[in-house]
Amino acid sequence: MPVKTAIVGVGQTDYRFKRTDVTIQELAVEASLKALEHAGMTMGDIDAIVLGIAPDALLGINAVDRWIGEALGVAPRPLLRVNTGGTTGAAAAQAGYAHVASGMARRVLVVAADKVSESPDAQWVLNTAMDPIYERSVALNAINMCSFQAVRQMDQYKVTERQLASVAVRSRKHAQLNPHAHLRAPITLDDVLSSRYVCWPLKLLDCCPRSSGACAVIMAAEPVVRANHSRAAWIRGMGATSNTIYMGDKMGPGRDVDHADWDELAMAAARAYKQAGITDPARQIDVAEIYAPFTCTEIAAVEALGFAKKGSGGLMSEQGMFDMNGAIPVNPSGGVLSANPISATALARIAEAALQVMGDAGPRQVPGAHQAVATGIGGTLQFHTCMVLASDA
Amino acid sequence: MGQDERVEAPLIHSGEWNIHYDYAVGETATRFFSRLRDEGKIAGKRCPECKAVLLPPRAYCERCFVKTEEWVDVGPEGTIEAFTIVYEPFDGLPQPPYAVAYVTLDGASTAMANFVRGLDLSVPEVAARELAVGKRVEAVFIDARKGTITDFHYRLK
Ligand SMILES: [Zn+2]
Repeated sequence: MPVKTAIVGVGQTDYRFKRTDVTIQELAVEASLKALEHAGMTMGDIDAIVLGIAPDALLGINAVDRWIGEALGVAPRPLLRVNTGGTTGAAAAQAGYAHVASGMARRVLVVAADKVSESPDAQWVLNTAMDPIYERSVALNAINMCSFQAVRQMDQYKVTERQLASVAVRSRKHAQLNPHAHLRAPITLDDVLSSRYVCWPLKLLDCCPRSSGACAVIMAAEPVVRANHSRAAWIRGMGATSNTIYMGDKMGPGRDVDHADWDELAMAAARAYKQAGITDPARQIDVAEIYAPFTCTEIAAVEALGFAKKGSGGLMSEQGMFDMNGAIPVNPSGGVLSANPISATALARIAEAALQVMGDAGPRQVPGAHQAVATGIGGTLQFHTCMVLASDA
Repeated sequence: MGQDERVEAPLIHSGEWNIHYDYAVGETATRFFSRLRDEGKIAGKRCPECKAVLLPPRAYCERCFVKTEEWVDVGPEGTIEAFTIVYEPFDGLPQPPYAVAYVTLDGASTAMANFVRGLDLSVPEVAARELAVGKRVEAVFIDARKGTITDFHYRLK
């Protein structure tokens, strides 16, 4: 039986375009110290560290784990660096969870940091993350790979640009409740619809920003939690999937899943829900933190998580089902559309979900939130994670 | 020691990565690109288990974990599965606007990405209607082929 595990501390820096006052290592330490303080611990209590850093080229520091590892202290404990692109922060949390659930560590620090703004060339970097043989030279990047999804949603489900825009408007509305968010100025449907096309059909305001910031969580084993912590976010379920880098495999007649959808997230969710005993997610989940860097991706995710029928996510969004006072509040933090420090982004979803069930989410708290779900996405929409967190074990 | 009251502008050190690599593309892609370069033909590989004709061709079927052996010519015509039109300039990437589509070439089980050329992209809404999912295209082979994916592109039928 796995050791029951909970998140007992959360630390986030503010997410901003630039942080010229700190290095990447200082940024990671800043979030780590906040998480330790929230957990009432010191670095000496930590048995293992998992560091989430996405492709080095975003920072321009090769093997940056050397530099950050040094800053996280000298101690006889393992430091493991994890990278699965956008999913990195959640994969790091998955590795931290495995450390505690296996009984190999009692207290684990999971930390992720990024300064995406230090190069103006993020999309060029993400282009180099494509298959170098067949796909890199046709100018694929992180934005147009999601445009392909939006085009298929519009074709198959008649998703409209206005429905996509409703996701952006809500995210920004929620971000006003989150002092950590990078983009907090309110926007209207017309603002989104009249913003310029970046990669058809995605417009500027359908897209996430490039952010700098760090996020950390402390995970602890049940005996530690019971002895020391009055509030905890118990990890009730965790699922993850991995699929092909070739998006075209999810489009042709031989496809087993469709690029319009996130069936892979549905598979990860099914596993997490089963572990958590969730049979009716729309009723049993109180709040969701979804890794959605583009408006269309959130629509795919709410369907995959079972909040909306396939093809109806856009309409549900437009009708307000995912607003703070809607049936299932989605991204009270403002989500990825309001801050995307790439390495830390998926961990921030978990951190925000944990804060919700701990009752520590401040102005963005969903009243009475007992059970939350957090997702991660990375690669060419190929890696998915889903974690269920609850206020009881 | 007194409090240091100076406010200094943040100091920025610049760096660049410009690193050369020579990627061996492997036997499967070597065959694919040689055929493309020398004969102007696009070929996928059929999985002996699930029978899918994989394009881009792969040495192994990723679903069945078996080696692929049989080459199958596909196209040159096909159907648009998804597309985008890029209007934003990105460093290191082509000058916009340009269109990229995933196309299922006739006979293939999967779609392959490439540029769509020969289309006026100046008005997004108009160009997007032209490039709709389901539209037929053909692969057009350039004369000066080098054995790379941009030896061909798509053009609306
Ligand atoms: Zn097969």
